[in-house]
Amino acid sequence: MNPTTLKLFQGIGRYGVLLALVALILFGWVRYENFLGAFNVLSVLRYNSMFALVALGTCFVIITGGIDLSVGSTAALGSVVAALLSPYGVLPGLLGGLAAGLAVGACNAFIITRLNILPFITTLATMLAASGCALLLAGNQSVSVSYESGFTELGQGDLLGFPVPAWIALVAYLVGSLVLNLTSFGRTVLAIGGNEDAARLMGLPANRVKALVYLASGGLAGLAGVILAAQFGAGQPIEGVGWELFAIAAVVVGGTLLTGGLGSVGSTLAGVLLLGLIFNILNFENGLGWISLSAYWQSVIRGAFLLLVVAIQARLSMRNEEMAS
Amino acid sequence: MAESATTLPPAQGAPRFDIRLALTRYGAWIALALLILVNLAITPNFATWQTLNVNLTQVCTIVIVAVGMTLVIATGGIDLSVGALMAIAGALAPLIFLGKLFPLPHPAVGIALAFVVPVLVAAALGWFNGWLVTRLRIQPIIATLVLFIAGRGIAQVFTNGNLQVFNLPSFQFIGLGRVFGIPFQAILMVVIVAAAAWMLRRTVFGRQILAIGGNEKAARLAGIPVVSVKQRVYLISGLLSGIAGLIVIARNSAADANLVGLGMELDAIAAVAVGGTLLTGGRATVTGTLVGALIIQLVRYTLLANGVPDAAALVAKAVIIVLAVWLQRQSHR
Amino acid sequence: MSTDSALLRLAEQIDGPFMAPLLTMHGIDKRFAGIPALRAAELVVEKGEVHALIGQNGAGKSTMIKILTGYYRKDAGEVLFDGRPAEFSSPQEAQRAGISTIYQEINLVPYRSVTENICLGREKRRFGFLDWPAMHAEARALLARFNIDIDVHRPLMAYPTAVQQMVAIARAIGFEARLVIMDEPTSSLDEREVEVLFGVIRQLKAAGVSVIFVSHKLDELYAVCDRVTIMRDGRTVQVAPLAELSRLDLVTAMLGRELTQVLHDKHNAGDLESEAREPVLKVENLAVSRKVRDVSFEVRPGEIAGLAGLLGAGRTESVRAVFGADKPDAGTVTFAGSANGIAAPSDAIQAGMGFCSEDRKLEGIIPDMSVRENLTLALMPQLARRGIVDEGRSHEIVDRFIKRLGIRCAGPEQRIRELSGGNQQKVLLARWLCMNPKLLILDEPTRGIDVGAKAEILSLIRELAGQGLGVLMISSELEEVVEAASRIFVLRDGYTAAELKGDSVNEQSVMAAMAHGHEDAREKAHG
Repeated sequence: MNPTTLKLFQGIGRYGVLLALVALILFGWVRYENFLGAFNVLSVLRYNSMFALVALGTCFVIITGGIDLSVGSTAALGSVVAALLSPYGVLPGLLGGLAAGLAVGACNAFIITRLNILPFITTLATMLAASGCALLLAGNQSVSVSYESGFTELGQGDLLGFPVPAWIALVAYLVGSLVLNLTSFGRTVLAIGGNEDAARLMGLPANRVKALVYLASGGLAGLAGVILAAQFGAGQPIEGVGWELFAIAAVVVGGTLLTGGLGSVGSTLAGVLLLGLIFNILNFENGLGWISLSAYWQSVIRGAFLLLVVAIQARLSMRNEEMAS
Repeated sequence: MAESATTLPPAQGAPRFDIRLALTRYGAWIALALLILVNLAITPNFATWQTLNVNLTQVCTIVIVAVGMTLVIATGGIDLSVGALMAIAGALAPLIFLGKLFPLPHPAVGIALAFVVPVLVAAALGWFNGWLVTRLRIQPIIATLVLFIAGRGIAQVFTNGNLQVFNLPSFQFIGLGRVFGIPFQAILMVVIVAAAAWMLRRTVFGRQILAIGGNEKAARLAGIPVVSVKQRVYLISGLLSGIAGLIVIARNSAADANLVGLGMELDAIAAVAVGGTLLTGGRATVTGTLVGALIIQLVRYTLLANGVPDAAALVAKAVIIVLAVWLQRQSHR
Repeated sequence: MSTDSALLRLAEQIDGPFMAPLLTMHGIDKRFAGIPALRAAELVVEKGEVHALIGQNGAGKSTMIKILTGYYRKDAGEVLFDGRPAEFSSPQEAQRAGISTIYQEINLVPYRSVTENICLGREKRRFGFLDWPAMHAEARALLARFNIDIDVHRPLMAYPTAVQQMVAIARAIGFEARLVIMDEPTSSLDEREVEVLFGVIRQLKAAGVSVIFVSHKLDELYAVCDRVTIMRDGRTVQVAPLAELSRLDLVTAMLGRELTQVLHDKHNAGDLESEAREPVLKVENLAVSRKVRDVSFEVRPGEIAGLAGLLGAGRTESVRAVFGADKPDAGTVTFAGSANGIAAPSDAIQAGMGFCSEDRKLEGIIPDMSVRENLTLALMPQLARRGIVDEGRSHEIVDRFIKRLGIRCAGPEQRIRELSGGNQQKVLLARWLCMNPKLLILDEPTRGIDVGAKAEILSLIRELAGQGLGVLMISSELEEVVEAASRIFVLRDGYTAAELKGDSVNEQSVMAAMAHGHEDAREKAHG
């Protein structure tokens, strides 16, 4: 329990990712033409808003000390349901995708809090189930969305010169930040991850809050699925593979403690943008023609980032333990 | 806390027959027997060599990986990186025997190295997982997540994401060869299962694995080298993943870093859970894992053979996993 | 003082002309699986009083508190809180009624801010959202009552343990507690921090709040407590103003010994013989974290040395460091001729040491393994040839020890979790005996074991010592140590307070040393 260690840790969590993000943006601005051009900026935001939504849910789940591996296939399921309902209008598509996500989230919540099965096993299983449902509903192929109903605006449209999906993500992050910081629900989420037993002894409704967190994670993944379908004009039953990893990496790079109890919504957004920009910069770098780094490097780099952050976290907590004893 | 130690009742007396205990101990075998009976009744052409062959070849790699997973889980850990390690081994082998990595003095040398090097690389990466878990004290699920994410990327970078096609019977023997008409991979699987089961029962190492999973503090106080045992276990898991990766590419006559071992961690964990190994460690059965893998495979086969789409089989698998773990919790409190 | 007169005094207080007490627990019975943990236990706490609750391990203090706070349900008796019958079904309900508990391990959320830790569960809201300014102000105001001025925005873990303890108390008072239960609150505090805590307790008292103070450090009781309830074997044995009792009276009542001179005529020739031998273990000036400051003791081959002391005196911490399970900060441990050669339990085992932990369940048995596997756990490397266990030899050894120690089990393949506590302990003893050790460290070897098995285990230990094994035994049961050991080292608050041997190995002098330390012990024993 050392104040300077803690400060250092929080510093890394709060500012490390921001610094890295700023450095990366500066690097890109200096090195590539059009890097900060409107087209590039907006398409990066548009594309990454899906991941941002998924990462937001994962952020809450990880803060409680849990994990949700089902978000990727939940998003796929959401995209299929949204695509199937898109001919009936924007709202049915949107609500349908959301409902599909909430349904998966409800399954997770029930199995984890009622049957007392570990979150990672539970969400591994629901990952399979959601993926199976998506394939069944879609008949093993992608489902085209209706272009007449205006559904695609959710992914491809602009509002006040800003992509609609980015608006959605922005609102979600604002709400998420508000909930985490300014409601007792949010503080309970943080307390559960910090010390679940203590939270129970304090009389906090740990099970109910955990259930709601998994429900929210499912809902956000469903929403991401809606955007996926709208952006690419089709419900994609086999998309979403590895999204959960992207989300976990973004959350952890953002400084959220993987063991729970410490984290922030804003840093998670920074983590998403950081990982998204790495991909973007790879593209630009290849465009320069000096080297040709394949897109495959991005998962290697993500893994390296994760390793770095996790190793730092581990070192710090080991030092803390030594000091406490 | 200390008080409860004095007031707790003495442990229960003679063990009596407990239906739930019996269900978890032999549940997997019973389920497998039922599945076979049901198939004999409803599935056309079930009792044929053809069926056996199809199911065996599909289950082999899962079983081999799941054996390593069983050992890791027996220590109270988990290994999410197995699929990625398969991809790395699968990407490396063709690079070696096709001479893309370094010039080969003789094709035979290439084939020998193509067997040895990828498996050793996978084993080394497995050891790295163990190092993260024991030395940096990172939770296993997160420590192995690193390679889960980066590992497939590494394999894709090696091959630039390209499909490597080859036709090299001497190498592909591991996946396609037959000995007395039995697929070589099935023999390999049986040997690995038998060796691991024997090791778990008869060797010091096996006992130490179970002791650590059963009560790590007590194991340490009994002088068991916890760190080295855990590192070796993760190494074995990596090594077996490497072998499985070679089998997969040999079977397909092609290595696709995007697909080799995809989702394998899930299948392996599912097989272990359904087989009756305690997911919290301390009680493990390698033969149970074999049975668990067979059950999952047979359920899928049954559904497919009776016209149910593959996607529905995924949902069935999910239900089986949750059910198995839930049953385990019910009987083990 | 006998039990009867204590109850009489209790009755006087209940019916007396004084203000009605805040809390009355009367005739409380509690059984766990048929075994009584509390037998007609009593506890009366006045308004605005600091009441000490003391007793040995297993005396029933914690059970009593857990019944009060709604963890357990009582089997019989009545609880009156503020004159009304009270039966809480959960700690939350007790908290709402005005009973707050501060646990030994601080049960707060370290990463969260001080304010959150104080206000979680009863947050202030404005327009549906948390009103942080108001909550910060409240937290500051609560802490200001104890003259603590800290930045309440910062996470709890940024502050030293004493401050965290204060935050826990502030939280308790924030719930408008009228009774605060402190379960060994000082175990992780240093002396200065303890002073701050005492200041807070006095303030609470001045504000009319009652405190139940559980501690094993006698000096602390005298510093803050008004009255004391002493429990033993699930009964309330004495209730008195603390000023009327000496330290020795407290220890005597806790351990349940009358101060009569009982000399044990058990020092036979064997003990004298062992006196001449070189010690197999010699520990000098050992220090381990905060619990062990300066501890020295030694064990000779063929003798049983006892390590006595109240809970928290540093006995377990000392022997764990000797065995290599924890890292010592300072001191010399010489075992079998080599100094400081033990860095891990495996080193200790290889050198010929065995250690039975006090917590059989958590650190001893591997519950899912068989008797045979548990028994041969440490021996395994020696039982194996090229890593393969020699099953024949294993069976042979296990059968021999099952017979020799009289382990009652359905067979060597029965799971150890199905055995009784006494038989589990015998298996753990056998785990070390089959290694032919030079030294056996037994931490509370008879805890949680029925009387018959206890006697068996003790006579077994004596027999082993008779064959030349050095034994170091920790026991909270005074009678047991005094009867078994030929030499006793008494620890007190992390220091070796006395070494007793020969005629001075008797309950009286051990208790004197526990209560007063070295100087007084010698005086009482010889004078």
